[in-house]
Amino acid sequence: MKSAKSNGYIGQAIKRVEDPRLMQGRATFVDDLRLPGMLHAAVLRSPHAHATILGLKTEAAKALPGVTDVFTGAEINQACGLVPCSASMPDLKAPKHTVLAGDRVYFVGHPVAIVVAASPSIARDALDLIEVDYDPLPAVANPEKALEKESPLTHPDHGTNVAFTWLLANGDVDGLFAQADRVIKQRIVHQRLTPMAIEPRGCVASFHAGEGSLTLWTSTQIPHLVRTLLPGMIGVAENKLRIVTPEVGGGFGSKLNLYVEEAMCSHLAMRLGAPVKWIEGRRENAMATIHGRDQIGEYELAVKNDGTVLAIKARTIADLGSYLQLLTPTIPTLTGLMISGCYKLKAVRFELTGVYTNKMATDAYRGAGRPEATYALERLMDLAAAELGLDPVKMRLKNFPKPGEFPFHTVTGLAYDSGNYQRALKKAQDLASWDALLEQRDAARQAGRLFGIGLSTYVEICGLGPSKIMAAGGWEWGCVRIEISGKVTAITGTTPHGQGQETSFAQIVGDRLGVPMDDIVVLRGDTASAHFGRDTYGSRATVLGGTALLMSVDKIIAKAKILAGALLGASAKKIDFRGGKFWVKGKPKNALDWKRLAQEAYVAKNLPANFEPGLEASSFFEPKNCTYPFGTHIVAAEVERETGDVTIVKYVAVDDCGPQVNPLLVEGQLQGGIAHSLGQVLFERTVYDGDGQLLTGEFTDYSMPRARDIPEYVIGSTVTPSPSNPLGIKGVGEAGTIGANPAIANAVMDALAPLGIRHVDLPLLPEKLWRAIEEKTAELRKKKPRSQS
Amino acid sequence: MKTSVNIRVNGTLRTHDVEPRVLLVHFLRDLCGLTGTHVGCETTLCGACTVLLNGQAVKACTILAVQADGGEVTTIEGLASNGRLHPVQEAFWECHGLQCGFCTPGMILASVELLQHNPQPSREEIAHAIDGNLCRCTGYSHIIDAVQCAAKKMAQPGEAK
Ligand code: FES
Ligand code: FES
Repeated sequence: MKSAKSNGYIGQAIKRVEDPRLMQGRATFVDDLRLPGMLHAAVLRSPHAHATILGLKTEAAKALPGVTDVFTGAEINQACGLVPCSASMPDLKAPKHTVLAGDRVYFVGHPVAIVVAASPSIARDALDLIEVDYDPLPAVANPEKALEKESPLTHPDHGTNVAFTWLLANGDVDGLFAQADRVIKQRIVHQRLTPMAIEPRGCVASFHAGEGSLTLWTSTQIPHLVRTLLPGMIGVAENKLRIVTPEVGGGFGSKLNLYVEEAMCSHLAMRLGAPVKWIEGRRENAMATIHGRDQIGEYELAVKNDGTVLAIKARTIADLGSYLQLLTPTIPTLTGLMISGCYKLKAVRFELTGVYTNKMATDAYRGAGRPEATYALERLMDLAAAELGLDPVKMRLKNFPKPGEFPFHTVTGLAYDSGNYQRALKKAQDLASWDALLEQRDAARQAGRLFGIGLSTYVEICGLGPSKIMAAGGWEWGCVRIEISGKVTAITGTTPHGQGQETSFAQIVGDRLGVPMDDIVVLRGDTASAHFGRDTYGSRATVLGGTALLMSVDKIIAKAKILAGALLGASAKKIDFRGGKFWVKGKPKNALDWKRLAQEAYVAKNLPANFEPGLEASSFFEPKNCTYPFGTHIVAAEVERETGDVTIVKYVAVDDCGPQVNPLLVEGQLQGGIAHSLGQVLFERTVYDGDGQLLTGEFTDYSMPRARDIPEYVIGSTVTPSPSNPLGIKGVGEAGTIGANPAIANAVMDALAPLGIRHVDLPLLPEKLWRAIEEKTAELRKKKPRSQS
Repeated sequence: MKTSVNIRVNGTLRTHDVEPRVLLVHFLRDLCGLTGTHVGCETTLCGACTVLLNGQAVKACTILAVQADGGEVTTIEGLASNGRLHPVQEAFWECHGLQCGFCTPGMILASVELLQHNPQPSREEIAHAIDGNLCRCTGYSHIIDAVQCAAKKMAQPGEAK
């Protein structure tokens, strides 16, 4: 493949093609669909974290006028199959998670019955008429307690709450720890988070009895994976299933799954002979759409006095919740793979225990296992620098691989494709006016203020990925068609839901074909047009989907050269192509454009021998490696002594995601990701009480960033192309959530360092910080009696 | 027990018989077919359902249709005029103030209301005005840029206020 050359669109901050429909209320989200005869489903969910169902009475609900029918597990589970999980640890114990609870519920929100009615309000009214006789069982919500001998069991038949264990070990860990001058230890809690896309989940299923086929419109990131997996749940063959994702109002990993409601609506549409719609309520979204993070780790970093890092050890517990969604066990293993970060560590031991508790399942939430790694490591680096009395910047520089050392083979077994960590760090320091910032800190501290500077140098694994590491294949597919009119249709197997690839893919295709973007339509999110695809997650869409389209364009150009040659009386080799025109070398005046060639190709009267009509090509791109974007974030923060409130004084982000197709979209992805981190670091947390009751079931209790929480950013970039794809791009969807957490947290911890505060677990709520400050101030007061101060 | 409700929506009088419990947002979406007004929570917390009622930004999930009887409502579908985007829409487009677009109708209408009474808002004032509107995609920064950009556009002579 030739390297992608820009005719002008790539690299431009071009306004999005998607926006006019979205800004005028003309876009179609799932809830906007109205089919003739459509029925509405509502789901009754368990209010208990753990209970036996002694009885279920649905007669009154069934009798409500407007109710079509009510189904319980006994009536539907046999027909719907189990919720799929792609993980395959050898010792994995997996509960058989049916679409509705059987005789036992094991988390708050566990679906117990489903009502189908003429309207959503009747369906909801009917839920109140279902009587369930629960016999509560002991529940466990804390994963560490769940590992204790006397803990209640989430799945008593397993005999343990341990779901699996996983070990990543390489190098002489014990030897290197013995050689270390110091061992930096820290226990870190990565709190559970709720993704909270503003559009909740939802789906509409419609069965076409004549063909025996089914269409499912669903708010998902993965229509293609749903098409692969749903047959196993509902018994309709893959080639009779069409999955459509209209607009999707945010995913962040939470819609990277096959959920019970999608299977139930599909099944009921067949069973009842009418389209069935289900739209998730916000409370349901908080309790029964996957959560993220939720790991507890004991980390140890072996270091030399000069700041050289030698090896890392981690013993981590991942709270999986009560059952397995698609990737539940896999996510915390990504933490292990990325635990060596940007540094030349010589040995690693990452021990992971997956634990069941009576909570909603965890799974991929933006960053998915990688923010935990970066956060833990970058906290350890700062703690190490502090203990050794070293400059945290110098300490990082000392341990980076040099630009010439790429591909860099990590101790965790990865091959980082390309990088120049030093350059990104330097640029971030420049943008932050580093020396002036240090002076600002000194001055603030002298004035008795709690002012800190934090830094994170991160690398992430993106562009997921080669098929050998992905359960369902890691390739991506794309198809390009020059229509008979000369207009261009590009079809991608990725499923953008806000990332803007209708625009960026038109830029890529437009440049390579030499046609105006206005003549290009990018189709996505419908398995009837995008026959193949592995969809959108793991910052993969532009990297892989863009390349698949580029490969298809190149095939069409090669074919068009043959046709142009035949029409111009020359061999294909003699044909030059540029700017959408084909001509015989040296005779640019006699050029043929796409419009003319398309007519010839489809009308097919003057085709050369053995030339297939048409100008269409599709391609599967199989990457050789993942991509490894990286960067440096620098944050200055001030903590108010009296209240514990944190103010972000400065935010500088330098990210290297390779060449940027559309810098406006890159900036949007970064800012969006950083906002998720601000939430995670400062106030977001999913809380269950000791009995497994969910306390953060609404936007009131689950505080997400609002506009007033957002600092002004200084955003810069460096460009280190990836050798893994012809565009050199690396992906950017998760950089913000991976790079930002430690920078913000390190800044706050640096602000508190003069008080002797070493570490506070996230989220850094004012109350927590205030208590920490009070405690230390009291200690200091004791040490230093008042009269002397 | 249905009541007749008359609401002028985007300039057109819409009359429907509704149950008293029907929310304005469902009146607009289900009875008027105007699905640009979105539902993100139904509990007044996310702002996705924001519309203008008699010129004021309100959350349509918190008002009963019967309460809006006799009123005038502008939804996102009614903001562009004669095929021309409203300056706030233009600015959201230019500044990449939307990603998935689910919060966008509400964000835009809340911003329109702000600019009606404060034509040159500071970043803080914008953040305050959209405090009741959640966005999980953009991180708000581009939205604030967009509102400032819209303010500039609207200050130019000849622009719709
Ligand atoms: S739907 Fe009205 S505020 Fe959320
Ligand atoms: S653009 Fe997606 S929620 Fe705002």
